[in-house]
Amino acid sequence: MLKQMEGSQAVAEAVALCRPEVICAYPITPQTHIVEKLGQLVKDGTLEHCEFVNVESEFAALSVAIGASATGARAYTATASQGLLYMAEAVYNASGLGLPIVMTIGNRAIGAPINIWNDQQDSMSMRDAGWIQLYAETNQEAIDLHIQAFRLAEELSVPVMVCMDGFILTHAYERVDVPEQADVDRFVPPFAPRQILDPQQPVTIGAMVGPEAFTEVRYLAHYRQMQALWLIPELAEDFEQQFGRASGGLIHEYRTAGAQTLVVALGSVNGTIKDVVDEMRDDGHAIGSVSICSFRPFPMKALKTALRTAQRVVVIEKSLAVGIGGIVSTDVRMALDGLDIAVHTVVAGLGGRAITRASLREAFDRAARNALQRLTFLDLKHDVIHAEIQRLESTRLSGPIAENILRELGIVADHIG
Amino acid sequence: MKTSHIKFYQTGTYTVGNRLLSDADRSVQSTMERTNSLNSGHRACQGCGEALGARYAIDAAMRATGNRLIAANATGCLEVFSTPYPETSWQIPWIHSLFGNTAAVATGVAAALKVQGRDNTRVVAQGGDGGTTDIGFGCLSGMFERNDDVLYICYDNEAYMNTGVQRSSATPPAARTATTQAVGRSPGNVFGQGKNVPLIAMAHEIPYVATASVADVRDLEDKVTKAMAISGARYVHILVPCPLGWGSAPHDTIKLARLAIESGLFPVFEAEHGEITGRRHIRRQVPVEDYLRPQKRFAHLFKPVLQTDRLAALQAVADRNIRRFDLLEREDQV
Repeated sequence: MLKQMEGSQAVAEAVALCRPEVICAYPITPQTHIVEKLGQLVKDGTLEHCEFVNVESEFAALSVAIGASATGARAYTATASQGLLYMAEAVYNASGLGLPIVMTIGNRAIGAPINIWNDQQDSMSMRDAGWIQLYAETNQEAIDLHIQAFRLAEELSVPVMVCMDGFILTHAYERVDVPEQADVDRFVPPFAPRQILDPQQPVTIGAMVGPEAFTEVRYLAHYRQMQALWLIPELAEDFEQQFGRASGGLIHEYRTAGAQTLVVALGSVNGTIKDVVDEMRDDGHAIGSVSICSFRPFPMKALKTALRTAQRVVVIEKSLAVGIGGIVSTDVRMALDGLDIAVHTVVAGLGGRAITRASLREAFDRAARNALQRLTFLDLKHDVIHAEIQRLESTRLSGPIAENILRELGIVADHIG
Repeated sequence: MKTSHIKFYQTGTYTVGNRLLSDADRSVQSTMERTNSLNSGHRACQGCGEALGARYAIDAAMRATGNRLIAANATGCLEVFSTPYPETSWQIPWIHSLFGNTAAVATGVAAALKVQGRDNTRVVAQGGDGGTTDIGFGCLSGMFERNDDVLYICYDNEAYMNTGVQRSSATPPAARTATTQAVGRSPGNVFGQGKNVPLIAMAHEIPYVATASVADVRDLEDKVTKAMAISGARYVHILVPCPLGWGSAPHDTIKLARLAIESGLFPVFEAEHGEITGRRHIRRQVPVEDYLRPQKRFAHLFKPVLQTDRLAALQAVADRNIRRFDLLEREDQV
């Protein structure tokens, strides 16, 4: 059914359609509206046969989901930013135990300095935790990915994070098509795990494993996740057949034919990128873009095929690996190993800084002229950093960088956007 | 345990053989039907109080639930010695997730059972004092305040024994651990620290809180049985001596557990909805010295010189417990 609604509410409705049996809720901006709505759906009886547990922390949220999933219940939770870091130990544990939990990440920056706005540093910090990570471009895709995520998780016995940009998607009102219950029921069969905690067939789950088998256990975790590289496209195809729209899959290509410059990005920024691509195509530039939907497992082959004819690749990423630069671009370089293609890292949108068409256009133009540096911070305020670097050089005392910069900038509200 | 008038063979003691009791009053451990939920073959040390406590408690919980029980276990000695892959000593469905999340995992198990309509299967969470009073405390308090249908059992051996005897918030004053060494002007753990989790559990006003000891198997089984008859959050805190960490002889585990009670250092009581409803009375209070002397972790209190002031401070702790929990048996209570 077509509805005009907030991204979080839409995701909550989609999750409810998947009939989760245990939902664990802990508030953290910008994810909170999702669990609020789910709580309401449980309380007013719309979502039946579901336990909604208000827990005391994100660590508990995922731990409750772990217990529920191991007992054979379909379990769901949502978090963001500091919350994801706070549950980090349980994130690794859930995948290690092979529990098909689905968790939404309302992508948000990590502090300090504390910042509630969007970037993707949070989910990137958990990229090696053994979860499948899917990134939604739009609210419609966020809905559709959740429906695919439950089936994906349960078929592979691997937990799935569905990542959607905080505020940009979670708080945006737009038209979405919320599927019908009967259609979702057809797509997502009931959860039927191979092994659960049951007195009739007692099993020990979570035993200690030593050097004699640990490598093999880890290898099989990798092997199982790599199977998602064929299952994700298959599910996307199934989904398209049943619901009549393309959503999910490993990557999305946009006007890549004959492109000399290809832009790679994850999530909602692809909307802006496509606008810039259109604009530049109109101006005669050979440019296109590739959106990565499945970041874990990383679609090495699909990406190589999509990018191999380009002369250069520009990766726009909303995260930073301090001390090296790009996170996504490091993986993209690996996918292009052996090909003579320049890969540029553009770190953009950190802590919610708007990624404008003008700034992207400038960066892409520069790339087309082979004048873009290998690592660029989009819209970096050079005067501010120079002042701070000078101050740092004049004194050897350590101290708070964020506060000094804010003092230089003056009233903060004047500078947002 | 309900009182019944029995002629004791050994006058002056509470000792009574099972065969003198009615079937209903006999201990689970003495029955042929006991499940040995924690089966033999595990890797616990000789004289391990925790292995004993876990078997007593889980066997009793099994009988109380008609063998429909699921356990969530914290990281720690009990987890490590019972489940070295690919072996397990557990005869029940059992899950280990992390060190600090056991109460939350148990909440998840209970939530799943409820939604699946498997209401006749019950949940136990268990961990050592580190996993309960320290790192697992947040999840424990959350489980309590939500009144989730979980019995949490803490096997308290008063330090982090699995990692090599480090101090926890359950370590008693003066005790030597690897992080409260018996050196310097005031050797051992400091006075005036630590937390009393049974009392904190009571402050949550949960339906049932009890302390118990491996020295009194019937009382322990009774409390677990009672706990399993109640819905909601329940907490049983069991003192389990650790020969390795306490520096005691393996054959003294039960003796020390008994002396901890008889000295007043470990009060045994039960509470419902935040109010104390029963205590195990002490017939003849023994000096704390009797309990402390056989343990190497307190050796610095006795040599090279007798630390009379610190012994007096520990005696004061015991005396306060006796006053506070009304532990001393009076003539009219016999």
